[in-house]
Amino acid sequence: MDLIYAILPPKVLAQIFVGLSRTTILFIVSSGLSLILGVLRIPNVAHGSLYMIGAFMAFTISKIFGGGDAGFWAALVGAPLGVALVSLAAERGLFQYLYEREHLMLLLLTFAVSLIFGDLVKIVWGAEYKSVPVPHVFQGYVYLFGGLPFPIYNLFLLIIGPIVAVALWLIVNKTKIGKISRAAAVDREMVGAVGINVSWVFAIVFVIGCLLAGLGGALVAPTVSVTLGMDHTLIIEAFLIVIIGGLGNIWGALLGALIFGLTQSLGILVWSQFGIVFPYAAVIVVLLFRPTGLLKSTW
Amino acid sequence: MLDVKGIHTYYGLSHILFDVSLTVSKGEVVGLLGRNGAGKSTTMRSIMGLTPPKEGSVAFNGEDITGRKPYLLFRKGIGYVPDDRRVFADLSVDDNLDIVHNREAAWNKDRVYGLFPALGEIKTRRAGNLSGGEQQMLTIARALMGGPELLLLDEPTEGLAPLIVRDLEEQILKLRDAGISILLSEQNVRSALKMISRAYVIDNGSIRFEGTVSELEANEEVKKKYLMV
Repeated sequence: MDLIYAILPPKVLAQIFVGLSRTTILFIVSSGLSLILGVLRIPNVAHGSLYMIGAFMAFTISKIFGGGDAGFWAALVGAPLGVALVSLAAERGLFQYLYEREHLMLLLLTFAVSLIFGDLVKIVWGAEYKSVPVPHVFQGYVYLFGGLPFPIYNLFLLIIGPIVAVALWLIVNKTKIGKISRAAAVDREMVGAVGINVSWVFAIVFVIGCLLAGLGGALVAPTVSVTLGMDHTLIIEAFLIVIIGGLGNIWGALLGALIFGLTQSLGILVWSQFGIVFPYAAVIVVLLFRPTGLLKSTW
Repeated sequence: MLDVKGIHTYYGLSHILFDVSLTVSKGEVVGLLGRNGAGKSTTMRSIMGLTPPKEGSVAFNGEDITGRKPYLLFRKGIGYVPDDRRVFADLSVDDNLDIVHNREAAWNKDRVYGLFPALGEIKTRRAGNLSGGEQQMLTIARALMGGPELLLLDEPTEGLAPLIVRDLEEQILKLRDAGISILLSEQNVRSALKMISRAYVIDNGSIRFEGTVSELEANEEVKKKYLMV
């Protein structure tokens, strides 16, 4: 341990852990965005809104179940499913008719949808801040690295992140729907010509992607105040992550989220007032040297 | 089995096919011959519903299928093998076959690998890394996984080495013997004549000749004018 401390002081290690828990949320949300971008070719600006809806749903579900531990677990399952339902309705009712349109049109459409979602959230949940309690098992701190406190809930996030990554990898690489969606990402016409109803494949992929946004929202809810506008910051970060990672590449989303989360948390150590600038600077550096992203894009 | 009547097809505003009619009967291998850009691929795409015709009709087993979605046509028993191969490059050979909608249990991977033993040996290879001949076999195998009654083969020998072309010809004849009807488009007339019993010659989007192979072989004018033989 002393050797590690000699290289990385405890303060730095602690910040790395803080960055990693942020990375988890960023990864979960942006992997969903990346999946939709890679297979359906939709730059879904409304993805951030679904994340916000996930957080608000988590609040409501948790409250229905009395706000305790049961509420948290119910919210963790229920909110992503609720978001999945909302996204299924949006896909079948709206998006499915617009896949062949150019990207600018899709950008406008999904931006419009994000505004509508934002207003709907305001109507349903109101404008005031909401908070979701951290369940008892995850309350309190562990003391890492010579006594620096680290929230147990963040440890939980660090476990969830890899689980989601592996689950997503299994879905994309080992299931039939995953294989079909990888084929459709490159040549949707030919997938249709071998008897597959591409329209429904797209609906399922879209719902899986949005479910991840909802899961991100439900996971972040106990750590922040749930509020209107939380969609905007996140969608910009998620798009940047997807772009530096490589469009449509799930591992790219992981890498991008790591870069984003770690530069943010370590940047604070370097120059605390301007910590927020570092991830954006990292994005610029990546794009200067790898304009198409770090990993192979499916575009 | 297949009855195309007077179809007109457009790409955007450009009129590509003019009043194309053709038929394929059960168990028959019919050639659609013509030069590059004559309208062969567009005819195939029109039948498969990928570029639906604006006028005219396409009937399959007596049912009007004009303008139906390609995935439904595949499920009715029409297999499509495009001229530019289009394997699912990211997937393995096995996965290319696995994701196909299987409408008939009689056609499964074992049977398809039996027909193309070379593919069976490279099951786990990424389709994008296969040679041109292997990719061509894979696209045919992929279409067969649906258990088609009719196969639309768009220039299967294009760009392949002569030795591989000969193999492919044999395999196509085996498919005919298995009872599959085939509409085969070709520029390579000499190769096509070995497999087909009847031919249509297309040029500039119109059918210029139809008849049996012996009629075509006797018709020097058509051969010179449209097929450059």
